[in-house]
Amino acid sequence: MIRHTQRSDIAAAATSLPLLACALIACALWSEHAVHADEATPSVQDAAYASPLEVLLSPDGSRLYVLCQTSDEIRVLDAVGYAVIKKIAVGHVPRGFSFSPNGSRLFVTNSWDDTLSVIDTKALAVVATWQVGSEPSGVVEDREGKRLFVANRISNDVAVLDAETGAEEKRLLAGRGSSYLALSPDGARIYATHVYPNPSPYRTAPESEITVIDMKRAVVIDRMPLHAVAGVFHTALSADGRLGVVADYHPKNLVTLAHLEHGGAFEDTLTVFGADVGKPVEVPLDELERYASQPFGVAIAPDKSRIYVTSGGSEIVTVIDVPRLLRYIHAHPAGFVQDLSASANYVVTRIAVGLNPRGLTISKDGHRLFVANRLDDTISVIDTRTNKVSATIKLDGPSKVSALRHGEQTFYTSRYSFQGQIGCANCHIDSTFDGLTWNLEPDGFGRNTVDNKLLEGVKNTQPYKWTGTNPNIPTECGPRTEKYFWRSEQYDDLTLADLTIYIRSLDPRPNRWKLPGYELTPAQERGKALFERGVDKFGKPITAYNRCAYCHSGPKGTNQKLFDVGTHKLLDNPGLLKSPPLTNIALTAPYLHDGSARTLEEIWTVFNPDDKHGRTNDLTKDELNDLIEYLRTR
Amino acid sequence: MTKSFKISMLLVAAMMMAGTFTFAAPAASVAPHSPQMPRYRFENFTTANGLPNNHVFAVLVDGDRVWAGTEDGLALYENHTWKTYTTKDGLAHRAVLSLALDKRTGDVWAGTMAGLSRISGGRIDSFTQLNSGLSNDVVYGVSVEGENVWVATAAGGCRLDLRTGQWTLYNERNTPMVEIWVYAVSATPTKVYYGVWGSGVLEYDQKTGRWDKYDDPDGENEMVLFKDQGLIHEIVTSVSYVDNILWAATYFGASRYDGRYWHNFLTKDSGLPSNFINQVKGLDSKRAWFCTDKGLAYYDGANWAVYRSSLKDGKPEMTLRDAAGKVTPIAVATAPAHNYVLGIDFENEDIWVATAKGLSHGIRERQ
Repeated sequence: MIRHTQRSDIAAAATSLPLLACALIACALWSEHAVHADEATPSVQDAAYASPLEVLLSPDGSRLYVLCQTSDEIRVLDAVGYAVIKKIAVGHVPRGFSFSPNGSRLFVTNSWDDTLSVIDTKALAVVATWQVGSEPSGVVEDREGKRLFVANRISNDVAVLDAETGAEEKRLLAGRGSSYLALSPDGARIYATHVYPNPSPYRTAPESEITVIDMKRAVVIDRMPLHAVAGVFHTALSADGRLGVVADYHPKNLVTLAHLEHGGAFEDTLTVFGADVGKPVEVPLDELERYASQPFGVAIAPDKSRIYVTSGGSEIVTVIDVPRLLRYIHAHPAGFVQDLSASANYVVTRIAVGLNPRGLTISKDGHRLFVANRLDDTISVIDTRTNKVSATIKLDGPSKVSALRHGEQTFYTSRYSFQGQIGCANCHIDSTFDGLTWNLEPDGFGRNTVDNKLLEGVKNTQPYKWTGTNPNIPTECGPRTEKYFWRSEQYDDLTLADLTIYIRSLDPRPNRWKLPGYELTPAQERGKALFERGVDKFGKPITAYNRCAYCHSGPKGTNQKLFDVGTHKLLDNPGLLKSPPLTNIALTAPYLHDGSARTLEEIWTVFNPDDKHGRTNDLTKDELNDLIEYLRTR
Repeated sequence: MTKSFKISMLLVAAMMMAGTFTFAAPAASVAPHSPQMPRYRFENFTTANGLPNNHVFAVLVDGDRVWAGTEDGLALYENHTWKTYTTKDGLAHRAVLSLALDKRTGDVWAGTMAGLSRISGGRIDSFTQLNSGLSNDVVYGVSVEGENVWVATAAGGCRLDLRTGQWTLYNERNTPMVEIWVYAVSATPTKVYYGVWGSGVLEYDQKTGRWDKYDDPDGENEMVLFKDQGLIHEIVTSVSYVDNILWAATYFGASRYDGRYWHNFLTKDSGLPSNFINQVKGLDSKRAWFCTDKGLAYYDGANWAVYRSSLKDGKPEMTLRDAAGKVTPIAVATAPAHNYVLGIDFENEDIWVATAKGLSHGIRERQ
């Protein structure tokens, strides 16, 4: 039985003074109307939740290491009695960790401050903190202990570092949103995945990849294409190295999102590869009326009998029988990714765990599976012989659920959608975006294709939707979402209020194009002048609505008004478009309301022939480059 | 200055203009017998044995892999098999004009007639003047140095910083460049050289960020008034900077510059088979290869070797020219696929040669 946050939990929060204000806000919003949540700013800081994102067993199996995303810690637990041995503070928003081959060091990436913490596992202390690339995520050391490989989500690469000093040797091009790394059992290769799709032509199926890195030469030697996949997460390899498996999303964004039946919006899949399989095969995790929404973590039993997959939205662990899966794959050489009845042939069971299960790890004997439940601060311990949760480890932290936390739980769960198929986080991966364009039913079939936008910094940028028809977040996330996305259960007012509080709390991540101290480079400075100019290069005044700085004014880069910037397409409904915020604009390709501009450059080189989207056609290529350099700092 | 000295100087100048007076090469020494120059057995690849097109504009060797930029795609020779990447694979254009290897990552950069492509682990990402900060789609030259990709285009040079994604453009607005038709680039950690069609050689000092410019002292004339006075000609087709030596090729001869002195090479005073040179590639401070319209030439600092098919009867020929100017024919059985040579690269002691009618593998023969 899947457990969900109960309202009594919210009410009980009032016993804690810091949470009292939160509860009062939530109640006030509930009693008036959830719509007013959009005007409310949560005055409470979220309490010190742990938010376990990843778990690892020490090589000798005696300790359980838990990466706690919100409390910025690595917690070390006794792997038998689960007592806390040590809490080790690391950098801000840790995301990935792994041991050195001999287990003497634990490497932790800190995604918000771009650092890597090196923990001495004997002393259980951070012995070094290295500055690394942008939004470091997965990390792996080579067998020789010479090189460290770090996946950088923002710069879309895998950095190669000196394992002793942290000095960067080079960066290897990976997929967009490079995030997770897995070392082959023989130490010869790394398999790297990425959470956003690689650029592809407009309104074609998303393309992703598994990037294969040769450890000896530290070069990319192959890229396994993942067609129609957008959102690729953890990879696991069998002990004999013959079977690899990766968790991925298979969006249906090329057809109008008009129903959820039979995986109408997403399929939740694994891609299986390696010598046991031959050519990589994408296999569905879903059943016809039950979904494994937001697959994230994968593990393969030491004897290769089982694959375990966490699904963050469905709050389950799916257990797959490997021999049966391989037999099914070989019996269906043409593939079966669209066949949701297929999973019955290889899925053994689905085990309910905590909220938003993410990383998982299995003991050497294969009997215990540990699952990090990110949004209820627990670790589920599954006895793999019975496929039952044998224990639930409660991590230290608030025992009650704040409004903000409840909002985050609501954001990630898929329970509200028809048959539990999707949640907000399907399209807003890790509360960001998905790099895709979608066609939604309410605007008409095939009409008004829209680019999915970043959520960070969305607070106070209403109206919402590209057409500006939703006046506030509760409208955007309430009735509209319930009707056209969930097509099932409605939020109650309190839940909607909490969801709104969570979305409003999403601050932009640090901008990596800004220099320390927020000084501008000469090119950025020149670009800023172009952004703010009121006269074109021929000395003619530029009308206010045709200046960059007019429509994209203010700290978030939007004056929140609607304009015609000449980008309407044949299948767009008439009307104006809202000037979007510029928050971290460098990260969020594609661009324009319909995602037709694949790069920032194309906004002006392709889609602004009449200077309706700002006066830009008088600019030289150098100047356009300068303007873009400035925009990247927003 | 005495009258007789003045007359002597005028005579020398007249002889230079007439091509009958030459200075000895700086490192030249007269060999007592024919110099030992490398000999090759050429195996040629054409469409008949796997090449997508016989017009091969560029060649690049990466270990045991050979890349050929052809008029109809980027061909990769590996394990005795050709594979061709086309626009369907993401290549910016079918005509690949230039190639460069990022030795750190193994990525290959290809300059094409419609953009710049990066080939990495089989994936191709293409940059154009519309989708990126690239200055122009016609990419004649590309060179990788550290985290920077330097590009020569039909509308100036540019640099892509792989770390930040920033494009920096170099043109008449921020460099001494007069023409912006940039034909070649050679980038190193200390200096970057651009060869510009009609605007000589541009030098960028990586440390100071300053530009310098080298022009033909005789302007745009094909006349050389004083030998070794400066760059041989304004129409520069290729540059190669190695061991602090700049090698520059033009359609009217070649030049070597050591930072202080220039030395020029013309058919009349060197072993060059032609003054029409498509590419020069320096091996070190003394040795260089020259790809001309009349064959392939190698210079070892004193002596020359030319590899081609005879201009008279089309039979394979190799000629040696020692430092004293003595020419010795060498009997050979093979020659590069065509005398119009566009590029060269090296695989240990072997050479790979891009020509107008195929790609040639010159297999070094023991003498």
